[in-house]
Amino acid sequence: MSEAHTSRSDDLPPANTISVFGWLKRNLFSSPFNIALTILALYLLYLTIPPLLRWALLDATWSGDSREACQAHEGACWVFIRVHFAQFIYGFYPEAQRWRVNTAFVLLILGAAPLFIPKVPAPFKARLGIGLLLLYPLIALVLFKGGFFGLSVVDTSRWGGLLLTLVIAGVGMTAALPLGILLALGRRSQMPAIQALCVTFIEFWRGVPLITVLFMSSVMLPLFLPAGMNFDKLLRALIGITLFQAAYMAEVVRGGLQAIPKGQFEAAIALGLGYWKTMALIVLPQALKLVIPGIVNTFITLFKDTSLVLIIGLFDLMNIVHNATTNPAWLGFSTEGYVFAATVYWLFCFSMSRYSQNLEKRLHTGHKA
Amino acid sequence: MEKVHKWYGTFHVLKDINLIVHKSERIVICGPSGSGKSTAIRCINRLEEYQRGRIVVDGLELSNDVKQIEQVRREVGMVFQHFNLFPHLSVLENCVLAPIWVRKLPRKQAEEIAMSYLERVKIPEQANKYPGQLSGGQQQRVAIARSLCMNPKIMLFDEPTSALDPEMIKEVLDTMIALAEDGMTMICVTHEMGFAKTVAHRVIFMDSGEIIEENTPEEFFTHPQSDRSKLFLSQILHN
Repeated sequence: MSEAHTSRSDDLPPANTISVFGWLKRNLFSSPFNIALTILALYLLYLTIPPLLRWALLDATWSGDSREACQAHEGACWVFIRVHFAQFIYGFYPEAQRWRVNTAFVLLILGAAPLFIPKVPAPFKARLGIGLLLLYPLIALVLFKGGFFGLSVVDTSRWGGLLLTLVIAGVGMTAALPLGILLALGRRSQMPAIQALCVTFIEFWRGVPLITVLFMSSVMLPLFLPAGMNFDKLLRALIGITLFQAAYMAEVVRGGLQAIPKGQFEAAIALGLGYWKTMALIVLPQALKLVIPGIVNTFITLFKDTSLVLIIGLFDLMNIVHNATTNPAWLGFSTEGYVFAATVYWLFCFSMSRYSQNLEKRLHTGHKA
Repeated sequence: MEKVHKWYGTFHVLKDINLIVHKSERIVICGPSGSGKSTAIRCINRLEEYQRGRIVVDGLELSNDVKQIEQVRREVGMVFQHFNLFPHLSVLENCVLAPIWVRKLPRKQAEEIAMSYLERVKIPEQANKYPGQLSGGQQQRVAIARSLCMNPKIMLFDEPTSALDPEMIKEVLDTMIALAEDGMTMICVTHEMGFAKTVAHRVIFMDSGEIIEENTPEEFFTHPQSDRSKLFLSQILHN
């Protein structure tokens, strides 16, 4: 009996290192200084959390459809969001045509869903992914913009809200990643001309602020173009954002390329694989896996930077919320508006972050060779 | 290999290397570290450029033509000191990759060939594991199988056992001996003198970028011709 007892106590670490109390003691109350900090932190939380909850939930107004409904309560007036909700999502997209936007998003979700299910076989995923990448932008463009199949034309100046944010972010991400990969490969190329070209490109775009790029695209570019030649403001912003982010992406990817031992490249070419196959099959899969955190970081930055398009007069989510807060009928609810916008941005960015962590775990194949 | 010279910057790494390897011949290259032996065999599949001389592999001259270089590499298998397996692919995928993408074999056929070679190096049961889950000896045997899957005419071994723990050296050497018995043409850079004695037709001793001595193993180990070979052998046998 006593033998069994000793052997069991040998198997497990001492109770005070694994229990909740053990954790508390180690992390929060390990020294007088830490005890003081813990108490201070608790006090600050007590000062901030209850009023926040009271404002956001308990004393908030949820129902009604005018600002008068909010007079009775002290807390947040979520009616403001409810009334403007459709506008925040679609911008000035004509109400009768909003089904097109919905259809496009449902299609995207249905099309992309199999990519996120681990059980679906990889070759099918690859084909679906490439197909989606090539076809979906066309489908979405036709649906959003119209002009084909009897769909009425909706000018891009009427696109707005979350729709516009997702369009900019989606286009930016899917175009910047491949372009960034090519730039990174180019920068490491043995050919001096290609290398110089890529270095110049990357250093130029990294050297200017995104706001400048957007200003140039909307204000200065038309000055240089011949009279009468004009392309869409949104398209110009998209190109600007893509090139800008591609430069950052290139440096992230280059970091991954540098981490791959030379032996991998040598082993691949010794088997007779050419440069592109070596890169596509051996080097890039490993390099990109290594820099998933950096890639997602760039994606998240890009997603939030889409809000800068407000300075060239595009009504993305941020701008449209801002616009609603200046509506004379709804003055004084900017806090609610910005909290809503922040929550939406956070939801998207946090999902990306979680997905990337999940991806890293799934792609882990044991130790490196 | 005819009159091959190579410089790294101004450093003359290979000085007038002449070597003819016949079909089914097995050659061991040895020499002190820095003598250029690895560089020499890396020139054969042009992992290293050389500045003067010419190398002809199975009738194909290594020129600056990329297509031709790739063609030579298809026929030349190489096993590296650090295995260089592809860690993101399973053992089987490591083996079928080049046959599928370079030789354009259908996947099914490539997998059959791969399994037969994995059986020959005695690890078919590891086919679906990843390289990171195998021991060093197993990894090196997979690397050998991976090269064999391309059905090469000649195999180059660049110190295949130097990165292995002592107890794993034997399993890799046994695999190489089995390969030699099947009549594979082999050039092997190694310090395993036992292997050289049992398998090699010729031993080549290199020092400071030159071939110092070329001899049969019996002669080389019992009556080395040059002083430098004698010194090298005495140092090796000491250890």
